[in-house]
Amino acid sequence: METIKLRAENLDLYFGKKQILKNVNINFPANQVTSLIGPSGCGKSTLLRTFNRMHDLIPEAKIDGKLFLDDLDLYDKKNSVTAIRKRIGMVFQKPNPLPKSIYDNLSYALKIHNYPVQQIPELIENALKESFLWDEVKEELKKPAVKLSGGQQQRLCIARTTVIRPEVILMDEPCSALDPISTKKIEELILKLKKDFTIVIVTHNMQQAQRISDKVAFMYLGELIEFDTCDAIFHHPKNELTHRYIGGHFG
Amino acid sequence: MIKKRLFNTFNWIILCGSTLTVCMFLGVILWDIFSKGFSSVSWDFVTLFPTDGMTKGGILPAIVGTVILTFITTLFSVPFGVACAIYLNEYARPSVLTNIIRASIRNLAGIPSIIYGLFGLALFVQALHLGTSVLSAGLTLGLLSLPYIITTTEEALKRIPNSLREATLALGVTQVETIKDVVLPKALPGILTGVILTLSRAAGETAPILFTGVAFYINGVSASLNQEFMALPYHLYMLSTQHNAIEQVRPLAYGTATVLILLVFSLNIVAFYVRFKNRTQD
Repeated sequence: METIKLRAENLDLYFGKKQILKNVNINFPANQVTSLIGPSGCGKSTLLRTFNRMHDLIPEAKIDGKLFLDDLDLYDKKNSVTAIRKRIGMVFQKPNPLPKSIYDNLSYALKIHNYPVQQIPELIENALKESFLWDEVKEELKKPAVKLSGGQQQRLCIARTTVIRPEVILMDEPCSALDPISTKKIEELILKLKKDFTIVIVTHNMQQAQRISDKVAFMYLGELIEFDTCDAIFHHPKNELTHRYIGGHFG
Repeated sequence: MIKKRLFNTFNWIILCGSTLTVCMFLGVILWDIFSKGFSSVSWDFVTLFPTDGMTKGGILPAIVGTVILTFITTLFSVPFGVACAIYLNEYARPSVLTNIIRASIRNLAGIPSIIYGLFGLALFVQALHLGTSVLSAGLTLGLLSLPYIITTTEEALKRIPNSLREATLALGVTQVETIKDVVLPKALPGILTGVILTLSRAAGETAPILFTGVAFYINGVSASLNQEFMALPYHLYMLSTQHNAIEQVRPLAYGTATVLILLVFSLNIVAFYVRFKNRTQD
């Protein structure tokens, strides 16, 4: 029996009067890669961002329902949002390195979260090795991170997320701005990272979803239509909509 | 075809001509002032006190007065202005109230500077009993500068993409830390440019300090904040319109104008440099 790491119960989300998510119930198993697929505007990214409370900054966003990380109620006022975000990291669509050096991009969060100073260099080296970036940047850790290529920047952003050892990593179309070779590297990285992290990824790329996912959730117009193993979704979809979507009939 | 080409040429002449006209005016003004002023600018002119009823000597107290005045203006307007812009851009939720606040600030920037002078006289000189002093004048100029600093700082903050804020927030960094460590450093060149241009404008203002503390002549350089002071723009005004030997002091007036322009220019060059350095960085 797999353990459930992250779950949403009866989740409704509104931006102003517009309902974006409709009664979503979903369980994300620990140490697996779950892909969220569906046509643009179906609420995949919105759902992803509810888990690390990225909607907090949007005043018109209203959330009903419950979200849990293990047994922690994510929207309970008692729980600190920064502690939640430390446990649930996020990688964004466009690489967004901080305007600092490669090294400081990783050291920044470690310092903020009060890691002992003498451990920091080692943690950074490990995170960069884990993201297959160490060999490419070890000579120039002081270089501004924005000077790296797009693919390197995205791997740096993943390393920046993993260096503080969250439990869950949310990825919002992390490869959509990258070339095929960089995409391949990131996919290899994702498969490696699932040993240590629970990964939820939004993707528009059906081949990518098949290559990396253990489970796949298909969403349409704010509703979760079908949620099953990767094999079941792509080869024996139960729902007609899912069948038509993965067959490329609409999207 | 030919008609179209003629029309294009005509347009080009109008646009290019307007630009040239504007540049010509600037050139004529600068030429007039520098050609007549440079002969009176010397080491003595900027290091000596005025003597013989302003007809001889230098303008040291006016230079010192303007520098101290600008310093007080900076101390007052920059912290308040930047803090206000941070609040408006990073914290305030869009609402009718914040829109009213923003509109008010934009309108404040359009108020004639003489009104600020009167307001400074009423508030700082009289109500707060600061007297006609360099402090009152500096605070008045600070009020005048605030709307510009708030607006330019807010624009600089707006140019920082949200993805950068999300990057640190997603790491469990608080909003205050995000602003302090990522947003402000990234926006700093833009903020500095706005601040410097605003201050160089404030340094050249005459009307607001007229009622609040400037004096025609001060014996010695005042180091005290509650005393009256001399300032370059006002000194220029007096020499060129109010002096009883106008013809005799005309070279001094041009010299004063030259020094004031050079002072403002050097501030602008700093702003230009900051912007240039930032552009080559990313």
